[in-house]
Amino acid sequence: MALEIITANRLGDGLVIFLTADGWSARIDEAAVSESKDATAALLARAEADAGLVVGPYEITVEQQPDGSLHPVKYREALRTRGPSVRTDLGYQAA
Amino acid sequence: MYVYDELDRGLVNERVEEFRDQVSRRISGELTEEQFRPLRLMNGLYLQLHAYMLRVAVPYGVLSSTQMRKLARIARVYDRGYGHFTTRQNIQFNWPKLEETPDILAELAEVEMHAIQTSGNCIRNTTADQFAGAAADELEDPRIWCEIIRQWSTFHPEFTFLPRKFKIAVTGAVSDRAAIKVHDIGIVLVQGADGEVGFEIWAGGGLGRTPMIAKKIRDFLPAADLLSYLEAMLRVYNRFGRRDNKYKARIKILVHEIGADAYRDAVEAEWADIRDGALALPEQEISRIREAFTPPAFEVLDTASTAFEARKFEDRGFARWVASNVRRHKVAGYAIANISLKPAGGIPGDATAEQMDAVADYADRWSFGELRVAHEQNLVLPHVRQDDLYDLWLALGSVELDAPNIGTLGDIIACPGMDYCSLATARSIPIAQQISERFADLERLHDIGSVSLNISGCINACGHHHVGNIGILGVDKKGEEFYQVTLGGQADENASIGKIIGPGFASDAIVDAIETIIETYLSVRQDDESFIGTLNRLGQTPFKEALYGTA
Ligand code: HEM
Ligand code: SF4
Repeated sequence: MALEIITANRLGDGLVIFLTADGWSARIDEAAVSESKDATAALLARAEADAGLVVGPYEITVEQQPDGSLHPVKYREALRTRGPSVRTDLGYQAA
Repeated sequence: MYVYDELDRGLVNERVEEFRDQVSRRISGELTEEQFRPLRLMNGLYLQLHAYMLRVAVPYGVLSSTQMRKLARIARVYDRGYGHFTTRQNIQFNWPKLEETPDILAELAEVEMHAIQTSGNCIRNTTADQFAGAAADELEDPRIWCEIIRQWSTFHPEFTFLPRKFKIAVTGAVSDRAAIKVHDIGIVLVQGADGEVGFEIWAGGGLGRTPMIAKKIRDFLPAADLLSYLEAMLRVYNRFGRRDNKYKARIKILVHEIGADAYRDAVEAEWADIRDGALALPEQEISRIREAFTPPAFEVLDTASTAFEARKFEDRGFARWVASNVRRHKVAGYAIANISLKPAGGIPGDATAEQMDAVADYADRWSFGELRVAHEQNLVLPHVRQDDLYDLWLALGSVELDAPNIGTLGDIIACPGMDYCSLATARSIPIAQQISERFADLERLHDIGSVSLNISGCINACGHHHVGNIGILGVDKKGEEFYQVTLGGQADENASIGKIIGPGFASDAIVDAIETIIETYLSVRQDDESFIGTLNRLGQTPFKEALYGTA
C-alpha cells in the first residue's frame, strides 16, 4: 500500500500540522507513517481523539525520498506543506 | 454615507461578545468542531488550505477612509500585511488566528464593520454599482435601496436558514456595473410613467455549477413596495426551493424548473396578501435613508478644466491612466478615479496594509473621505476634482497603484484558487499573473482595448468565469492542473454565459492559447470593434480554427 500520514489544521491558529508518533508537528517529515489500512485507521483514531486541539484530520498519501523526507502525492497537499505558490514569503516555505 | 443607528451598533457589539464566548468555549473543549463550525461561519471565519480566513463585509462596496485604515491595521497587526478584495465587494484576510478573531471583530465594530452575512444560507451582503452616487448615467443612488435591503435582511428570522445562500445586487444606472443578471435577485432603478423612481426586478441568475442569466419578473415595482415584494419573492423560494440537493437549492433552479411565469404568479399571489402590511415603506422612512446618502459638498466647477487638459497633453502616462481609469462624474468638474489592484504580474485584488493606508489618505485629501470596492476587485475614489487627478495619479504611482489598465486584458478577475482555497481544483492566481505579464506592454494592451478575462479555480465560479468575455476554469485532470476556456460571456446589461471553445489546456499552454485568441481577434476585427463585438459578429469559428486547426 502507498504510504499515508495524517494531517489537520491546528485549532488555535489554523496552521497545517501532521500527526507524529507522540503528538503533532508543523513539519511533515516528522509525521507518523502508515503502511497499512489498519495502521491508518489507528492513526486517524488517535488524531480524532485530539479534536480539542485540531480541526478536520484526514489521511493523505505521501512518497518517501531516499533521504527519508516525505512528499505528498497531490499538489494540493504539497501546497499545504509549503504555503501559497504565489507568495513564497508566506507559510512554511518562508521559514 | 449611512451611519449606524443605536440598534445596529448594539447588535454588532452583542455578536462580537457572543462570538468571543463561543471561541473560548471551543478552545476549552466545551464545544466540538461540529457545534462550533456553523457559529464561526456565521461570523465570517472559514478554514482554508493554510489557515483560517476571515471575510469582512463591505456593505454595497462602500468604505470610509477610517474604515480602510482599520482594514490596514487588521492586515498589519493580526494578519500578514495584506488583504484580498473579492468579486463580492468584500475583503478577505488569509491568516487570522482563531484566538484573535474576537479582537479583530471588536476592532471592526469600532468602525461599524462586521463579518455578518458573509457566510451561511442567509441573504448575503447586497452588492451595488461601485460608482453609486457618482456615475453620470445614474437615475438615483442605489445605495439608498441597498441600505433599506440591508436593514430588512440582517438577521431576518424567516430567512436565516434558506435552502441556500442568497445574493441581491442593485444598480441605479443604465450601464450595469453590478452584474445584476447573475444574482439571485437583480434590481434596476427605473423611472415610472410619472417620473417617479421604481424598480425593474430580475430573478434566478447565478453562476457556479449551473450558470444562468436572470429572468425579468417585473417591469416596474413602485418604491414603497420594495420590501414586501422581496419578502414575497423570498417566501416563494423558501417554500418551493429544493433542499434535497445542495446544487439544486438556488433560486435559479426553481425559476428554471417551474418557469419565470409560474414563479412570478406565485410571487404576485403571495405579495397580494402582504403588500399593504408592515413592510410597506413609508415615504418618511425612505427620506430618512435618502438623507444618509446626501451627496458631499461638491464645489461649483466648470465642466472642463484647462489645467487638467494641459496635464494630459504634457504627460502621456497621465493621459493614458485617465483614458483607462477615469470615468465621467455626474457633477461638473469632478471625476471618478479607479484604482487598479492589478499590476502586471501581480495578484488580482490584493492590497498591502501600506497601500490601504495610502488610499485612505488620498480619499481624505481628494474624495471627501469616500472609497468604493468594485466587484472587479479594484478600488474607487468616487469624487475627485478633475484638477486633483494629476496629483492623485502621482501619489498612486508612489505606492504602485497606478496601473492604467481598467477594463483591459490586464484587469483580470481571479478567485484565490488552490493557492488558498480548500475547494479548488486548480490554481488561478498564477495564470492571471502570467497573462497580465504577457500583455504588460501598454501600447499593445490599449490597442487590444476592452476585454474582460475571468478565472475561477473550481466550478463554484467565484471568479465569475462564465461571464468573462474570456473565461478560464481550472480543473483537475488526473492530478494535473488543466484549464477550460469559454468565450463570449458578458456580465453587464447584455449579460450572457460564455461557451466552451474546445478541449482544455495544460498549465504551460493556457497563456499561449489566450494569446492566440487575442491575436485572432486583432487579425479579424473591423475598425474599432471590441473583442466581444468581433466574437458576436463572427462566432467562435475563427478562434477555434486558430486554437485547434481546421481539421
Ligand atoms: C476562499 C474561500 C471561498 C470559499 C470556500 C468559497 C465558496 C464558494 C462556493 C461553495 C460557492 C458556490 C455557491 C453556490 O453555488 O451555491 C461560491 C460562490 C461564489 N463565490 Fe466564493 N468562495 C470563496 C472565496 C471567494 C472569493 C475570494 C470570491 C471573490 C473573489 C468569491 C466570490 C463568489 C461569488 C461571486 C460566488 C457566486 C457565484 C454564483 O453566482 O453562484 N468567493 N463560493
Ligand atoms: S471558485 Fe472555487 S477555487 Fe475559486 S475561490 Fe471559489 S471555491 Fe475556491
